[in-house]
Amino acid sequence: MGIRFILMVNKQGQTRLAQYYEYLTLEERRALEGEIVRKCLARTEQQCSFVEHRNYKIVYRRYASLFFLVGVDNDENELAILEFIHLLVETMDRHFGNVCELDIMFHLEKAHFMLEEMVMNGCIIETNKSNILAPIQLMDKAT
Amino acid sequence: MALSGMRGLSVFISDVRNCQNKEQERLRVDKELGNIRTRFKNEKGLTPYEKKKYVWKMLYIYMLGYDVDFGHMEAVSLISAPKYPEKQVGYIVTSCLLNENHDFLRLAINTVRNDIIGRNETFQCLALTMVGNIGGREFAESLAPDVQKLLISSSFRPLVRKKAALCLLRLYRKNPDVVNVDGWSDRMTQLLDERDLGVLTSSMSLLVALVSNYHDAYWSCLPKCVKILERLSRNQDVPQEYTYYGIPSPWLQVKTMRALQYFPTIEDPNTRRSLFEVLQRILMGTDVVKNVNKNNASHAVLFEALALVMHLDAEKEMMSQCVALLGKFIAVREPNIRYLGLENMTRMLMVTDVQDIIKRHQAQIITSLKDPDISIRRRALDLLYGMCDVSNAKDIVEELLQYLSTADFAMREELSLKAAILAEKFAPDLSWYVDVILQLIDKAGDFVSDDIWFRVVQFVTNNEDLQPYAAVKAREYLDKPAIHETMVKVSAYILGEYGHFLAQRTGCSPKELFSIIHEKLPTVSTSTIPILLSTYAKILMHSQPPDPDLQNQIWAIFSKYESCIDIEIQQRAVEYFALSRKGAALMDILAEMPKFPERQSALIKKAEDNEVDTAEQSAIKLRTQQQQNSNALVVADPQPANGTPPVGQLGLVKVPSMTSTADLKPVDQGLTQANGTMTKVDPYPPDSSADLLGDLLGPLALEGPPSTAAQLEQNYVPGIDGVPSTADALALAPVEEPANSVQPIGNIAERFHALCLKDSGVLYEDPHIQIGIKAEWRAHHGRLVLFLGNKNTSPLVSVQAIILPPSHLKMELSLVPETIPPRAQVQCPLEVVNLRPSRDVAVLDFSYKFGHAAVNVKLRLPAVLNKFLQPIPVSAEEFFPQWKSLSGPPLKLQEVVRGVKPLSLPEMANFFTTLRLMVCPGLDPNQNNLVASTTFYSEATRAMLCLIRIETDPADRTQLRMTIATGDPTLTFELKEFLKEHLISVPTAPRAPAPPPVSQPTPPPATLNDPGAILAGLL
Repeated sequence: MGIRFILMVNKQGQTRLAQYYEYLTLEERRALEGEIVRKCLARTEQQCSFVEHRNYKIVYRRYASLFFLVGVDNDENELAILEFIHLLVETMDRHFGNVCELDIMFHLEKAHFMLEEMVMNGCIIETNKSNILAPIQLMDKAT
Repeated sequence: MALSGMRGLSVFISDVRNCQNKEQERLRVDKELGNIRTRFKNEKGLTPYEKKKYVWKMLYIYMLGYDVDFGHMEAVSLISAPKYPEKQVGYIVTSCLLNENHDFLRLAINTVRNDIIGRNETFQCLALTMVGNIGGREFAESLAPDVQKLLISSSFRPLVRKKAALCLLRLYRKNPDVVNVDGWSDRMTQLLDERDLGVLTSSMSLLVALVSNYHDAYWSCLPKCVKILERLSRNQDVPQEYTYYGIPSPWLQVKTMRALQYFPTIEDPNTRRSLFEVLQRILMGTDVVKNVNKNNASHAVLFEALALVMHLDAEKEMMSQCVALLGKFIAVREPNIRYLGLENMTRMLMVTDVQDIIKRHQAQIITSLKDPDISIRRRALDLLYGMCDVSNAKDIVEELLQYLSTADFAMREELSLKAAILAEKFAPDLSWYVDVILQLIDKAGDFVSDDIWFRVVQFVTNNEDLQPYAAVKAREYLDKPAIHETMVKVSAYILGEYGHFLAQRTGCSPKELFSIIHEKLPTVSTSTIPILLSTYAKILMHSQPPDPDLQNQIWAIFSKYESCIDIEIQQRAVEYFALSRKGAALMDILAEMPKFPERQSALIKKAEDNEVDTAEQSAIKLRTQQQQNSNALVVADPQPANGTPPVGQLGLVKVPSMTSTADLKPVDQGLTQANGTMTKVDPYPPDSSADLLGDLLGPLALEGPPSTAAQLEQNYVPGIDGVPSTADALALAPVEEPANSVQPIGNIAERFHALCLKDSGVLYEDPHIQIGIKAEWRAHHGRLVLFLGNKNTSPLVSVQAIILPPSHLKMELSLVPETIPPRAQVQCPLEVVNLRPSRDVAVLDFSYKFGHAAVNVKLRLPAVLNKFLQPIPVSAEEFFPQWKSLSGPPLKLQEVVRGVKPLSLPEMANFFTTLRLMVCPGLDPNQNNLVASTTFYSEATRAMLCLIRIETDPADRTQLRMTIATGDPTLTFELKEFLKEHLISVPTAPRAPAPPPVSQPTPPPATLNDPGAILAGLL
């Protein structure tokens, strides 16, 4: 299945966006997010971007105060996911212009729209930024 | 900061953000939830805009970790909104909040379908995405053809088609039948000619899912994949927007190479050559650059290329290039690359002749074992574990031991387990093995499981040469000031047994041994005291001539514990005290423990149990099914390159061959269970009830290895009363370890149950054959056609189909040809006549050969009781006189059925209709009751009217009262039982993971290969 979930968490450990591609109950999500935050946020810049947790591998990247954490299957190509995170950030940059935590918080729906164009059912569906942003731009024009 | 006009949402978000603590946040959220609830209640006053706003708030609240179940309906209802903004919110939020089994989703299925087949492509995209994310089986059945159409038709734009591809992938995973392998392989091949890289990216994911399940049908895709790789690697016709830091879609490159790893080999020389050219270019041409993103992306491609080269087991030169690259990677400072280098090197261990080259990097890998990053340490540990063999075991294990004292807690248990296993597997000599385990206990006692010290005791007991050495070592450790309790256990045990070998040494007289062991007693827990008591008894027995002083001391201890509250301690104390007064007879009773029977290492078993399976079969797992990799903690040494398995030297470790691992496991469990029950006849009563030592002492209770029958009985499904006959047990065995190497696709029992409710579908499928069925029923006659379809490009031979009919059916199968030509389908009509009512089931015994694989399956045929029913409406005037005239048993039977699968009345009525019972509304004045009628046909009964009344309890849907009336006592009984079975456990629709019906009739013993049938037969 590839990608199991995508989380955006700030450095205080607050979830700013959570998108799961397998169903977990609310309790399971809370527990999982807590464990991951504890494990990943404590890591230093000199450590690698991969953390093994339960039967997931977490590939993560930090941008200023925001952590992007992607849970994948153990045999997923880690570097491809790592750069996919960056692609996501660049896409958000293109839309918001130098994206920050607040943009994602207050435009949660847009962040979801973008993700929806990029990942479906745990698989990467589109990597072309213009294509990803096209529906959002259409909507912005309409309103 | 306003959110596209949704001011209320922004205000709420910033309120939550300004909360000082979790409690404040909860209060604010509760207030908002209350507000949303009231607003949803008076739905009439809500504008679509407001509804949208509240649904977004709910998603935000849900993300914060609060329950928003009450609002699911609102989210789902937005899906049917006419305007895009609302519809979009409905779709997106629904896929975030609901799972595929949610009832509300069914409400939306029609809207979703209309959106998918409609003309509005933005609606199509929304619907496809939601189904792709959370669509379940029902969606699969009703939408698959539409989705396929969207994907392959060139009249739709790429933006729709790429979503259709991943949507189909989801539906395929939910129900593999939606993709007809034969028809689809050509389409898939055509899809790969696509120029649009978005469509190609998602189609490639679809291909990976298809080939990982069944690559044989998709050979024609292979050259296309190579073409795509060539196109990307040469950067031909790749739009700028798909180029990432100068690299043409690294994600598509990776995915394509992943797809290629599911094909066992590449036979066509031209394709192979082209692919190797591409791979060569990637291996040689990937340089380290300054830009991080470019570097990562190019290395993502490089690592996937490495994996593909390894998979293809390319020419020697290319392989050594790979090893060289990995050797470089594990030495770099950049942590990501080093991590991946270690990980991929572990994977590379599976390739036989690179072992020696990898060993050259041992020192480097050991450095990584001490890295500050736990992720890297884990990879290094795995790699060291995997590369260990006799030649380097000493070095590696010693490194692990050294590291153990400083390792973080998270890793100690894994580390000690791995060290123990390596020491056991590759010990150059046994005394070294004993040293290692004792050091392990000394350094990380808390993390050394009982299995580890049980194992060392087994070794020492079975190897006489080792006993004096072990005794010396145990004695040495006792001198240490503070030793771990496990060390007390193991050294007390060893000194009790073999302490007398040391009698000549200073400090080792029985009396001295006793006092140094006894010193530890106040520090240990209750579980250790019984072991110490046994040791005292043994020391007493060995002190010949008896030392009255020592004797009195030990007797005093025994009598002290005679009234101990712990029953184990008390029993031992009483018994040892009595025995030790027997004088010389004590010598026989407390003689040295006999050797243990050879057995699989419990440690290795444990390690296997620890392995976590991911849901999907990965390419690597597929590849290593025969040749397990090091992560899997292999049982036997799979590499002949390592020379003769060193385990042989130990003379004790059982080295199961790879194929027998599976069946050893249950037997081993069987042993442990047997130990539990056999303790009563233990010839060594003093130790008899020692649960603690169950693993050590237990086997002694068994006289020799347990008989086959006994082992098999242990394999029995627990919880079944009565003693099964050996014959049954033998018939059961294949369930644990199927003799057929060919695995069926899909669940046989589930397919059977689906076919009980419909008249055509797939009865059985495996990689070689698909057996479809189509049936027509008229009165007591039935005509089934079996469709035997060969999926391969070579013929299936020795095809045999035998029908095992139950006594109430007359069945005649037309001739089945012995050979099914490649890609051909053979139709075999089967005539059925129903003689009398019965729930017994007919079985098809089907076998064929393909290559070396001989496959034999026994399949239940869906010629079941309800197929001979014909629904018939009855009016009140007809019903009541009949109902009254059939008064009481045996023609009219009534039963209260409990544990019914809860169904609403309409659902139950639907279910009855699928069973061919006509529901007659209005006959029963009580709203909670249901009356149905039908006609049953058989030769004996002719057409027989059956009347059914169900009285349900609205307060408790799990119970109901059922009354059945027919003109034939057998029919009444059989029909009642039949309905009962279906109401209790059979799924109403094929969506549920069909558990086999609890009380299917006992099929003939020959059917026992089908797990469903076996269970049914047992219960």
